Amino acid sequence: MFCLVDCNSFYASCEQVFRPDLRNKPVVVLSNNDCFIVARSAQAKAMGIGDLQTMFDIKSWMQQQNVTIFSSNYALYGDLSARVMNTLRLFSSRIEIYSIDEMFLYLEEISSPQNSPTQISESMNDYGKHIKKTIFQHTAMPVSVGIAPTKTLAKLANRAAKIIPKCQGVGVLDTSKKWDWVKKRTPVNKIWGISSRFSARLAELNIYTALELANSDPKMIRRYFNVCVERTIEELNGHACLSLEEIPTPKKQIYCSRSFAQKTKQLPPIQDAISLYVARACEKLRAQQSMSASLQILLYTASYESNYYNSHQVIQLPYPSDDTRLISAIARTAVQHLFKPGVAYIKAGVGLLELSDKKHQQLDMFHPGQSTKTDQLMTVIDKINTHYGRNSIYVAAEGVHKKWAMRQAYRSPSYTSQWNELPEIKC
Amino acid sequence: MKKYLLSLFTHSVPAGFPSPADDYLDRSLDLNTYLIKHPAATYLARAKGDSMEGCGIFDGDLLIVDRSIEAQHGQIIIAAIDGQLTCKILDKNKQCLTSANEHFTPIRISEFSDLVIEGVVIHSVRHHVLP
Repeated sequence: MFCLVDCNSFYASCEQVFRPDLRNKPVVVLSNNDCFIVARSAQAKAMGIGDLQTMFDIKSWMQQQNVTIFSSNYALYGDLSARVMNTLRLFSSRIEIYSIDEMFLYLEEISSPQNSPTQISESMNDYGKHIKKTIFQHTAMPVSVGIAPTKTLAKLANRAAKIIPKCQGVGVLDTSKKWDWVKKRTPVNKIWGISSRFSARLAELNIYTALELANSDPKMIRRYFNVCVERTIEELNGHACLSLEEIPTPKKQIYCSRSFAQKTKQLPPIQDAISLYVARACEKLRAQQSMSASLQILLYTASYESNYYNSHQVIQLPYPSDDTRLISAIARTAVQHLFKPGVAYIKAGVGLLELSDKKHQQLDMFHPGQSTKTDQLMTVIDKINTHYGRNSIYVAAEGVHKKWAMRQAYRSPSYTSQWNELPEIKC
Repeated sequence: MKKYLLSLFTHSVPAGFPSPADDYLDRSLDLNTYLIKHPAATYLARAKGDSMEGCGIFDGDLLIVDRSIEAQHGQIIIAAIDGQLTCKILDKNKQCLTSANEHFTPIRISEFSDLVIEGVVIHSVRHHVLP
């Protein structure tokens, strides 16, 4: 059986862990740069606050209504996500981390064969409740649990658990009778892996619900769409085609891009920002033990401006590298060439492309490649920053006064990752 | 957050006998593993106030709180009382939360009170020299 554990309104719930006064209250979390609403607690959703609504439009209304607003605090979310995942390991050794707030578990047979189907079903439901309760006790994170014989059905079970109040956050779809009941009531665009583009095309074939898709001819669907949709049909009918991806595959590209706090027409702050993004991307690159052979630089102006102007450039590195200093220097020069005087930029980004495994490097006949000394230096830099906190040591090119840095007017303390921001307990 | 300092050998061995001590080398001691049994459920917090001085918890002390264990009678716990994280002693016999300071009155636990037990204080750390 597959089990999908999904954290409810994850970012908003994270903000409530150390703030019991905010539990069961309207809470919203904003995107980078405090632009949009990216997470809403159940109470905030009930008030009609929409996903991705612009902060600017409803800020004063939210303040009047006593909605608590937070800037995103990824240090906190990352830590709490890891805690939820590690607690799940109590239930299964086979876990796939699907995203920051969703994990698949593979559950071995829960009951012995002499039990009746109803008993097995009940025990699965109890087991799901046990998982939900344990996660909340250990981490204060509310989750929904879906259990079913395939990953696609586990997703549906989880969605049902969230929508149907009677489920109390746990959905088990273990018989075809149950999953047909849910499929009849699920529009195709809510199925895992069916995009809105696909659902529009399915509508042309008179397929509107998950049940209609499940009952359609897989071979015909494959001709119209692709093998993935065919697999979805099999999965909807209880035949597992997708297995757990327990070992995450290393990323093939690493991007880091962010909006500035305010538009800028100046080159130096953009260069500093680019250097910081290079540093972040290189950290991720080294963490997954890859090297990059080329680099992409991106510059954006605001899309509502008349001289809307995006530009990007890909630069080949002299040899595959994970050296922040080398890549940062090349990036700064590249930005200088891309930059147009008089244009107000709002966002910049870097991408590390052509990644390869660091352990298996093709040697260059004309260049010795990255030196061992550089490897050692980068290891030391990463160690210092893990130990003493981000930006304890950084390349001077990032700039000392980061005026362009993100707007984060409502950030909560990093309760679990900074000594001077620990939660305070009244004694 | 786990960190092990591995010692391989303390002596180089040009020839002859290695140091007999090499066979008895232990791993470096790690406070994380000694103090924290459930890392995913354990949080660090800072004590504010003087109501727990009778238990040796002073203003500014570091509290190590385990959420995963069931609170027992007499243990020091963290409770959310009216939405505020508060450190108290759990008295299961009298169904109340008490302070370790006579100037504070006990809080009765009733099914109507807005009170949730958040975790058990398993250790507190005093800084005799500030870190």
